[in-house]
Amino acid sequence: MADPRDEPSGADHGAVTTQPTTEATPPPVVPERGAPPPPTGVLGLLVREQSIIVPLVAVVAALAIGAVLIRAQGVNPTFAYETLFKYSFLTADGLQGTFEKMVPLILCGLAVVIPLRVGLFNIGAQGQLMAGAIAAAATAHAVREAPGVVVAIVAMVAGILAGAMWASIAGALKATRGVHEVISTIMLNSIAAGLIDYLVNGPLKDPSSAYPASFPAPEASRFVPLGVVPIGLPIALVLALAVAWMLRRTTLGFQFETIGRNRHAASYAGIKLSGMIVLAMAIAGGLAGLAGSVEYLGIDPYRYQDGIAGSLGFDGITIALLARSSPLGTIPAALLVGALRAGSSNLMFNTGIQPEIVDMLLAITLLLVSLPIIAKLIFRRHTAKSSALATSWGS
Amino acid sequence: MEWLKRNQVAAGSIVVLLVAAFIFHAVNENVATSMFKGAWFFAVPLVLGALTGVVGERSGVVNIGIEGQMLVAAFAAFFSAAASGSLVVGILVGMAAGIVMGAFLALTTVKGLMDQIIAGVVINIVATGLTSFFYRPGKVLSSNMPQWDIPLLSQIPLIGDVFFQTGPIALFALLSVPVVHFALFRTRWGLRTRSIGEYPSAADTAGIDVIRMRLVNVTIGGIFAGAAGAFLSMEATAGFERGMTAGRGFLALAILIFGGWRPLRVFAAALFFGFTNALASQLQGVINIPQQFITLLPYLLTLVVLAVAAGRVRAPGAVGQPFVKGEGS
Repeated sequence: MADPRDEPSGADHGAVTTQPTTEATPPPVVPERGAPPPPTGVLGLLVREQSIIVPLVAVVAALAIGAVLIRAQGVNPTFAYETLFKYSFLTADGLQGTFEKMVPLILCGLAVVIPLRVGLFNIGAQGQLMAGAIAAAATAHAVREAPGVVVAIVAMVAGILAGAMWASIAGALKATRGVHEVISTIMLNSIAAGLIDYLVNGPLKDPSSAYPASFPAPEASRFVPLGVVPIGLPIALVLALAVAWMLRRTTLGFQFETIGRNRHAASYAGIKLSGMIVLAMAIAGGLAGLAGSVEYLGIDPYRYQDGIAGSLGFDGITIALLARSSPLGTIPAALLVGALRAGSSNLMFNTGIQPEIVDMLLAITLLLVSLPIIAKLIFRRHTAKSSALATSWGS
Repeated sequence: MEWLKRNQVAAGSIVVLLVAAFIFHAVNENVATSMFKGAWFFAVPLVLGALTGVVGERSGVVNIGIEGQMLVAAFAAFFSAAASGSLVVGILVGMAAGIVMGAFLALTTVKGLMDQIIAGVVINIVATGLTSFFYRPGKVLSSNMPQWDIPLLSQIPLIGDVFFQTGPIALFALLSVPVVHFALFRTRWGLRTRSIGEYPSAADTAGIDVIRMRLVNVTIGGIFAGAAGAFLSMEATAGFERGMTAGRGFLALAILIFGGWRPLRVFAAALFFGFTNALASQLQGVINIPQQFITLLPYLLTLVVLAVAAGRVRAPGAVGQPFVKGEGS
């Protein structure tokens, strides 16, 4: 539910007097006729925690709709979900797969969350991840003689830089020319895909590989999982914490937040909008780029090849919206998405349901979590204003 | 005459371009014809997609979901045509799918006050999920789309070859452009549409039902994206593939901005895109450019065009802002 909150005047004169029903949040005036008093007890708790409850309800509802689809394919939904989640969480292979998926998913989720806080919608995590992965592949091959640790670090730094650079193109276009970031990031996704297709067929192609792929990461630089936990996971978790801290406790986070809430006020307060836009996009791109290099260094076949990015970048959007643009919220959201993704091929193997069911489930989840309807249905007039996911600025 | 005086640059450049095209045609008939045919072929879905955008954004609703609308329509059109064995059914179902997706956008953003950008992106992701889950390979159309030669008009050199020896949906696109342009700038509906996109609270004061009109316009506007989808899966090729729109919905958005939210200029902008694309593929035979660079040219061009056009064109005043009666802006 987006209300025109970046109009400074509209916010206060409209809210108290004329706004019809639904928002019964801040004004300390007598509630309108018919508006119930703030609830207490269990309902009060639910109302206060609705940023957690709404996504949960959305997930459950999406799984229910998915059950109907699975039923329509002639498979018992309970059996299908049991198969899927048992594999993803209760087998060693499956759990490792879930964790491996979680790493890029958390990072891509963060890459969407940070710009959302600034009021930008980064749907280019996909291209930024690919740019990071190919940069990692190129540099790792260039310094392949060095010790493994050095190769890994150089590759990760290169990935971060490449992703950051790729995203800041969109940021710079937005800041200087007002090009809408949704269009520019989508175009940059396609451009990255085209350029990389050229690279893995030409300059970076490994001649010994039967299909277009980059050179493999040197043995010594590959990430070895600790048991079922890939090395990337602690990195991603720490970064999620760091981003949460950055947004809540630092000046930079305050500036981001201020721009996102009211960019006119932010500009009036002396925050440089254009610099901040580019910076926010660069940080986001860096995170997605890191995800790309971790995929390259940590996942078999340790090369850049077609499909390495899957739909990780787009899943990042779902994760960010499921997490209600909270950095820490990306962790459980990524766990769920990762489990679905990791279990999908096993599901296909055991029940014959196409793995695309996961795309469908995620799309329905995204739809339900972003529609303001759920919150309205459950909470009626107690719907929090923050049920608005984010407001991006118009073009 | 009055019009010519006011639009000297536009009229002049049209004449210059036509002359250039005909000189090219005279020099090398085959290459010229095939290049312009290729340009229009590439431009058809972009024109149609951009018309959906024109109708929506002129009424004040940003539509980032054109891509998804087109994809679902392409899917619905192809599979209903394959199942029913009738091309007409396919086209109609495609258009209907575009309208349904438009209605969804309208309900969520105009009624539900959901952020328009987020709603559009959600439409795109849902469209991808929906079409890839229900996709079944191996279906074929019972017959190919007919190619019509329009009597008389198809005899015009060059122009006849390019525009009037054509399939039905391309013809629909060609006709839609002047119709929408006329409707937008010469009818009561058009004046009202532009007013609710420009200054909804003033329109509201004047007695126009802003909410209702936005709902209707965004919904009906989906017909063009629907046709674009049907063009992709039935006329341009005879088959549906996952993700076959390949960013065309976003190219259409860029063209919409490049064309300054005016159907005739949008048409010119789409032809420009198409021609650049045709030129690049033509050049590929002459200079040694990797195939991938040709493929990504339209996307690159979009970024350049947007960077140049931004600031030169003015978007409808209230585009992207939800309208709540009594909360004047």
